[in-house]
Amino acid sequence: MEFTFTQQNLEKIDQILKKYPTKKAALMPLLWLAQEQNGFISGEVMKSVASIIEVSLEEVLGVVTFYTMYHQHQMGKYHFQVCTNVSCLLRGGYDIWNHVRSKLEIENGQVTSDKKFSLEEVECMGSCGSAPMMAVNRDYYENLSLDQVDQIIESFK
Amino acid sequence: MEKIVLPEIKDLHLIDVYLRNGGFTAVKKAFSQSTDDIIDQVKKSGLRGRGGAAFSAGLKWSFMPKTTDKPKYLCINGDECEPGSFKDRQIFEFNPHQLIEGILITSYAIGAKVAYVYIRGEYHKWIRLFENALADAYAHGFVGEKMKETFATDFFCDIYVHKGAGAYICGEESALMNSIEGKRGYPRVKPPFPAQNGLWGNPTTINNIETITNVPPIINKGWEWFSKIGEPKHPGTILFGVSGHVNKPGVYELPSGTLLTDIIYSYAGGVPGNKKILCVIPGGSSMPPLRGDQLDGVKMDAESLRTVGSAIGTGGIIVMDEDTDLVKVLARIAKFYHHESCGQCTPCREGTGWLQKILERILDGNGSLSDIDLLIAVASNIEGNTICALGEAAAWPVKFMVQRFRDYFEKRVSNEMNIPVANKVHSMRNTAIPLADIKN
Repeated sequence: MEFTFTQQNLEKIDQILKKYPTKKAALMPLLWLAQEQNGFISGEVMKSVASIIEVSLEEVLGVVTFYTMYHQHQMGKYHFQVCTNVSCLLRGGYDIWNHVRSKLEIENGQVTSDKKFSLEEVECMGSCGSAPMMAVNRDYYENLSLDQVDQIIESFK
Repeated sequence: MEKIVLPEIKDLHLIDVYLRNGGFTAVKKAFSQSTDDIIDQVKKSGLRGRGGAAFSAGLKWSFMPKTTDKPKYLCINGDECEPGSFKDRQIFEFNPHQLIEGILITSYAIGAKVAYVYIRGEYHKWIRLFENALADAYAHGFVGEKMKETFATDFFCDIYVHKGAGAYICGEESALMNSIEGKRGYPRVKPPFPAQNGLWGNPTTINNIETITNVPPIINKGWEWFSKIGEPKHPGTILFGVSGHVNKPGVYELPSGTLLTDIIYSYAGGVPGNKKILCVIPGGSSMPPLRGDQLDGVKMDAESLRTVGSAIGTGGIIVMDEDTDLVKVLARIAKFYHHESCGQCTPCREGTGWLQKILERILDGNGSLSDIDLLIAVASNIEGNTICALGEAAAWPVKFMVQRFRDYFEKRVSNEMNIPVANKVHSMRNTAIPLADIKN
């Protein structure tokens, strides 16, 4: 599917390009913008970004695959990211992880068939003092209990 | 007790409140002094980097060339990906203008016209909070070209936010610069150091968020005042992030040199169920762990921790009680570093995977006594053989945990130990404010 930035985003791109002395430096912000618009980074998105900042498609692909937050596939409408790193582990992070897995009936990296939910086991998100935690899309849910996880999932149904 | 970085003033994140409390007076004062004077004051204050290496901030600034035709840059490191570390987000949320003021003073001191604030991609909420504060500062004429008018000076500087996208390695200063340049976050070989050859080959200084937030009070109240707080060799306050098995986890701003046991028992409320402490990692997951019976008298500053065989790192204190499964913890830490290795250097790329594999083997009950020495051997072959410090970050927790808890690991591989039960969820309070509730 062809991808073109919206007019509004093209204006934002002009602003972004002014922040850096090279066009290439705008690569990460442009990928963020494209992902917000398109939901994920497709081959067409990469082509579009590459032509705007005048770098090769390979360079764009290299960056997309390096950073875990750029998704190359459509995630669920509600993307669950559960932290299981040390501080969360010590406060039951794996209980939360296993609970979410069984509730959503998907494994790490999968999307439910109705495209509503997706799941990712993530590394430390900087909520160690309010562990265990998970993020859904861009929101953090901290100091979780299993009941709260149930409520959160229920609220998205 | 005086708080420098996170003073307890209600709504300090609002520019009006910040101004009422002496905001942007330090930068005014700084502009009336020479750049050498500023660098000298920060050097004398003894301010050391809060990002992990605890290097003298003033000394770092003094490495920037005085005479050069090249543009100079300042990078502020808010990547904050170290497990156990959650302090920078407090600054973005509760005291962003002091950070902005610190950036202005630092930019002036080193001669940078542009400062990039690198914030980890997961911090959508804190990026928005900081960008809102920055927009207010611009609107008041404190940042950007309007500064010339506001402060009646020739100097001006722009501040831009660069959002990361989920790579721990970008907290390493040269990887951070590559990331800003639009490349993979690969650390660079040093030398040349950033002060000579940084962003786009130009002189660049990289400082941690917390370090820079300390600068305005130093300029306002003087270096003598700052140098007398806490331990003389590592003065000031430190944001200690306490997590794991404590009753009141959170960020505590305390003078350097505060006793580790005081932080755990007095401030963080002790261990739930009054259990004994098995292990503490004092500075974020990459620092050498300490045994529970090693903690008496340990002071939290760079020099004191070095003498007990650990390091201050980012001040992230992770507490583990006597029922913790250390093998599980260490295997999880190893998995993290394997995941986050950028893949440039063979010892790190391969070694971190081996460490994870061996530890997961032990965790599954299939370990042998020889695995213990194998872990130390693999870790020792990573350490010192890589471009950046992620090698040490991956090797240290394994090497020191295995050495300091050898008895534990020996019992575990010989199946002479009851495997501790996993820690169950114990919830404290609910603090999350939805992103949608913050104005855009």
